[in-house]
Parts: sequence; C-alpha cells; structure tokens
Amino acid sequence: MRRALTGADSGAGTGASRAWWRLPVEWWWQSLPLRVISSVFGASVIVLVLGGFLLMRQASLGVMEAKRESVGIEARQALDAAQQQLNSADLTGDPNPDKKLTELALRFANRSGGSDQYDVIIISGGQTTTAGDVAATSVPDNLRAQVATSDDLLMAPTEVIYRDDTEPVPGIAAGSGLTLPGTGRYEIYFIFPLTQQVNILGVLQTAVITTGAILVVLLTFIAALVARQVVVPIRAARRAAESLASGNLDDRMKVRGRDDLARLATSMNYMASELQKQISQLEELSRVQQRFVSDVSHELRTPLTTVRMAAEVLYEARDDFDPIAARSAELLQTELDRFEALLTDLLEISRFDAGAAVLSVSEVDLRDIVTRVLDGTAQLAETSGSQIRVHAPEPAVAEVDARRIERVLRNLVVNAIEHGEGRPIDILVVADDHAIAVAVRDHGFGFEAAQAKLVFHRFWRGDPARARTVGGTGLGLAISMEDANLHRGWLTAWGRPGMGAQFRLTVPRRAGGVIESSPLPLVPRDLVLSTLADGIGKPVPALDPAPAVDSEAQRSDPTKLGSGPVAAGSSPASPPPAAPSPVPPSPVSPSPSDAAGAQR
Amino acid sequence: MVDDDAALAEMLSLVLRNEGFEPIWCAHGDKAVEAYHDARPDLVLLDLMLPGKDGVAICRELRAESLVPIVMLTAKSDTIDVVAGLEAGADDYVAKPFKAKELIARIKTRLRRSPEEVDQETLRIGDLVINVDGHTVKRNGAAIQLTPLEFDLLLALARKPWQVFSREVLLEQVWGYRHAADTRLVNVHVQRLRSKIERDPEHPEIVVTVRGIGYKAGEQT
Repeated sequence: MRRALTGADSGAGTGASRAWWRLPVEWWWQSLPLRVISSVFGASVIVLVLGGFLLMRQASLGVMEAKRESVGIEARQALDAAQQQLNSADLTGDPNPDKKLTELALRFANRSGGSDQYDVIIISGGQTTTAGDVAATSVPDNLRAQVATSDDLLMAPTEVIYRDDTEPVPGIAAGSGLTLPGTGRYEIYFIFPLTQQVNILGVLQTAVITTGAILVVLLTFIAALVARQVVVPIRAARRAAESLASGNLDDRMKVRGRDDLARLATSMNYMASELQKQISQLEELSRVQQRFVSDVSHELRTPLTTVRMAAEVLYEARDDFDPIAARSAELLQTELDRFEALLTDLLEISRFDAGAAVLSVSEVDLRDIVTRVLDGTAQLAETSGSQIRVHAPEPAVAEVDARRIERVLRNLVVNAIEHGEGRPIDILVVADDHAIAVAVRDHGFGFEAAQAKLVFHRFWRGDPARARTVGGTGLGLAISMEDANLHRGWLTAWGRPGMGAQFRLTVPRRAGGVIESSPLPLVPRDLVLSTLADGIGKPVPALDPAPAVDSEAQRSDPTKLGSGPVAAGSSPASPPPAAPSPVPPSPVSPSPSDAAGAQR
Repeated sequence: MVDDDAALAEMLSLVLRNEGFEPIWCAHGDKAVEAYHDARPDLVLLDLMLPGKDGVAICRELRAESLVPIVMLTAKSDTIDVVAGLEAGADDYVAKPFKAKELIARIKTRLRRSPEEVDQETLRIGDLVINVDGHTVKRNGAAIQLTPLEFDLLLALARKPWQVFSREVLLEQVWGYRHAADTRLVNVHVQRLRSKIERDPEHPEIVVTVRGIGYKAGEQT
C-alpha cells in the first residue's frame, strides 16, 4: 500500500525541487535490505573511525615516549662529552673561541653517525653556531628562556626548520647551558628530527585506514548477505500471502531447515491450508444451499401447477358456491399468484447467488422498456390513483438485457405506486455519452436517509406497522439491485420522510462499460431546483426559463425544504451523487401529452 | 401427455377434457414413443424430467418420424434443457407453474389450421414455392417436410417479404404470445427452419437475419 501510494506520488511529478529527496526516502522505506545495509555501513564506519583514531593515538604516544627517552639519554651523553671536551680544551687566549665551538658542534654532529640523528646548535651571546642543516629558529623561544636560567637538560617539542628548502618536520629540541672555562656560558641545543617516527606513524595510519575501509566494505557485504538471507524468505512469504489473497489457494511456501524462517513458512502453509479448507467448506455449503433452494423451487413447481389449475377450476365455478366457499376460492386464487411470484423471485435470487445469472444484451431504447412497463402497470396505477408522468425527451439506446431492465423498472414503478399514496409519479430518462439513467420519483411516505441502503435488503420492510397493499414478495428491490450489478450499473435510492423517494437506475451505454457518473443526480431534481431557488432567495434564475422548471419546483412543499441540508445531504447510498446544481432541467417537460402517453 | 406426476396428469386431464380434448396419459419416458404410436395424437405435451428416457430424447425420436406439434412442460425454464428441447424439435414450451388458460392457449395455437386467407393459392420465397392450402413447400418440385410451426414461421415471413419481423412480432404471429416471451423460441426455430430450407444454412438466403432487429424473407430469385 505504501509502495503504491508513494509510487503514485512521485510518479505524479510533484516538481523536481521536491522530488530529489523523495526518491531515496521512498527507497529507504521500501527496502528492508537497504535499511539493514545502510545501518551496518554507518555503524561500522563510526566504530572503525573511532577505533582507528584510538589506535593511532596510542601508537603515536608510545612512539613519542620512547623517542623522548632516547633523546634524553643521547642528549645527556653528548652534553657530558661536550662539557668534558670544553673543560680539557684550552681556549684561553684563543682569539676565536667560536671556531672552536663550531668544530665542537660539527664533531658532535658527525659523531651522531652522519645519519642526521641530531643536529647541534650552540648559541653564545648573539652568536649562533650550527652543525647540520637545521636553522637556529628551530629552537623554540620558551626553551631558550628556560635554558638561560637553568643548568638542567631541558626538552621541548619543536618544528625542525632547515636552512635549505627541505620541508619542516616535527622534532624534539633538547638544550642546556654549557660553561666554557674562562669565556663564559653557552647554550647548546640538540635538535632531533622525528622524520622516522613520522614515517612509521604515516605507514601505520595508511594501514589502519586501508584495513578500516576493507573492513567496512566486507561488513557491508556481510550485512547484505545476512539481509538477503532473511529477506528472501520474507519476500517469499509475502508473495505466498499475496497469491493466497488473490485466490490461488493451492500455493504453498517451500520449507527449508528448521529455523525461524522455516517455521514462518510452515505457519504460512498451515494458515493457507486451513483457509483453503474453510473456504472450500463454505463454498460447498453455499453450493449445497443454493442447489437446495433451486431444487426446492423446482420441486414445488409441479404440485403448484396442479394446485393452481385446481384453484382455477374452483375459481371459475365460484358462482355456484355459497359465499364462504366462493370467497375462499377467490383468496386461494390471488394468494397462489403471490406464492408463485415469491417462488419465482426466490429462484431468481438463488440464481444470482449461484453466479448463474448471465446477461443477454441487445441494443434497446430504454424508453420503449419504460412504455412496456407502464402498459403492464397501468391498471395498478389506475387503482391507486397515481398519475405517471414520463419525461424522456431524447433517445436512450443502450446495450442492456431488456428482460432484466424491464424487471428492474417494473419493480421500481410498482414500488412507487405502492408507496406513492396516489400522488403523481415521475419517470425521468436521461442519457449522456456513457450512461443512461432512469429515475422513478414518487411523492409518498419516503423513508429515512439511513434506510437508503436497507431498502435493497432481502425481505426488508420499511415500516412493519404498515400494511402491504400490493403484496410484493420483498425480494423485488434485491433482485433489481442484482440485475443492475450484472449490468455493472448502479441502483441507488434516495428518500426523506414525507418527501417521497427516488430510485435511480444507471446503466452504461455499452455492455461492460464502466460508469463514472450518472446523467441524473441522486437527489430528485425538483428538490435540487427548489433548494437552489431557496438559497438564492428568488425563483430559479435564467438557468432555464421553461415553465416546466417552475412547476417542478413548486410541486414540493417549500416548508419542508426549509430544513436546508436535506436535499443537499446525499444519502449514504453507494455512488456519490453527481453534482446537482449545474444540471440543466431541459428534459423535464411534463406536458399533458407526455402524461397522457404514460397513462395508456 | 407425458408426465410422471399423477396428480398433475389427472388435473390436466380434467382441464383438457373440459376444453373438449381427449388426453391420453403416459407416465414413463420409455413408453412415450410406443404410446404415441398407439394413439397418434394431434399434439404431444411432454414433461422434460421423466423417469426412464428423458424428454429431450423422446422429443428427438418423435420429431425424427413425425411432424406432430410438441409442447414441453418444464420446471426449469432458464436452463439449457429448454434450448435442448427446442433444438430437439419441440415447438413451444410452458413453464411450470402455468395457468390452465395459458396452456390451453398454447395448445390451441399449435393446433390452429390457418383458417384465414384461403384465397391465396401459392407464395414464392426465394426459390421455394409455398402452397398455403396444401401446407406444402416445394423446391424445384421436390417437397420439403416442415412441421406446422415451421410452416407458419415461413409463411409469416413469405406473406410480407418487404417487412422485417422482430422476434417479438414473430412470437406474437406464430406462437400467439401477446406479451414478450422467450426469444430463444424464435432463434432455435429459425435455425431449424434454415437447416431444412436453405441450400447453405451457414449463409441463409431465404430467412435472412437483420442485425439488431430480427428476420426477413430473402430477395426473390
């Protein structure tokens, strides 16, 4: 569901500015493996970065500590040696003690093996003597300040700056005071570059990063494998469930191993087989039931035929009977009609239930069917005093099963006559390009809005207290609904207490077509028009100046229409009513000729 | 009258006698054809569901040897049985529970001997020559055997070769139904008629289908 929705959203192209982040988000929610893999990837990157960082920190601390110690030892040895040499040397009277110092420095520097293990800088007063390539600026100022006041060997980290263009490297500077007898105090500094340590740490860092990257890739891959292992059976389960839901009850999952996933598959299969069992049991029951209803109906027919003929014989001869027997014969006759109608309807319903009902479509004009229905019900209408007016100005040809549509319309008309209280009944036939709607409007008792669906229930009675006059079977509207469904059409009811009712049948023009809207609103047109007029506060505007509209509008009681939302509030019947307001009331033309035509 | 239900048979007998018919009752499917041979009735009322041989089989056997009108009695008007019965040669059917009047009307229609229009001697339709009085149809002098119903159907079309007949109109003229009835009757019998009179029933020239409306007589050749 989520997939479908988000897919539809992004498919709708809500604009590139919003779409760019939607796609990853969509993927994220769509794919469990993606989430697992991304999570593992993210977590392992964090862990490895932290681990690498700690490792590097430990390693560099260790390396540096060792170097510091060796630097301390070497610097002390060199210092002692230098002091001894200076003590033994006789510089008194030497015009150039600096030269001596330079030699000394060079000797130290050379003694360090020429491997640049350290360089020496000797500073006396303003003069600086260096051995090696290091610049005097390599000595940090704070070290010099400390050395100036102390005779201890002091050390400080520094940046080794070379006099040539060699890049500066980190290093350690060790420094101490050096007393030259007779001349005074010198400062001697030993500069130890950390090139080797930096190199070692660099190699180590590279190794850590490489290992980390490989580990991340491997972990992600493993996560993908694991996710796949979990997801593949889950997807199989999903597919199996979907397949089951779509009716393939024989589908089963493969069970491999004895793990949780295997048990999931086992449970799914168990569920499927239980479902299958239940469904086939229900199907069997329903089949037996339908078969039984059908058989009963058929078996009843032969004795009913005999009874019916016997009753006819009695009925024909009733003039010769005493009044009680004569009346009994009459009752027998009429009730047999009802019995037979009930049996027929029952059989028809069982046919629908069994799915045995099929359409035999042909192209017919629904107005002809209406005419036929009115021919058949003219006597009934006359008895009840209902005037039936047909408003069918234009051809309404559709591919329908004429027998079924006639049955539906007869049901609706008989229903309207039965509940119409002798008031006029309007029949509207309106066509558009895709559908044809026939509405039967009566102005009788009506019914509660909440009953708009109930009226189609089998054997439903609106008001149990009300006596049946026509004596329908109680299955008429249920069968009509089935007939409409068979056409892929709509049959909807609208009613309000005291305002009558309207039943609207909508069928597609082409057999198998799909209706999206009905050419007629669900709410009776006369009410729509009059509420429209009420709302504006004046008679129906220049929408259609035909007098027919006015007469339509006037027919309904305006006091009842005062309860505003009544007409606008659609009943909860299945399809929403077409927007009522813009419907031009052109087809409504209750001219006397139409009415007369309907009265034939 | 072939029906296994004794009560219905007795009731039918009463009603039919009252109308001046002489019913003969046969209760078992296996004995129906034999009973027909013995009695040579003018019309057969045939229940479709019978012990022994079923109604459709009996219908086929009777039709193979005779043109006698056959009216089926059936409890299942919606099933394939009805079409099977009509295809086997039944002229008409009455669905249970029927009214006595309805049945009598059906029987009388089938027994009607076109009393009107004795003035017309012969009609031509396609390359067929219809002798109305003699109830015969000939092609190039060779007689074609038609049941009375098939003859009526052909005659109805031949009398007004310019007119297209809807199935409903044919039902009214040939079968005597005043209200809309089962149009399968027309379809099946037009097929049966074509199989007898058309040179190529797949491409009919005498009884032509007018799509969406009905049938008409073919052009004069």
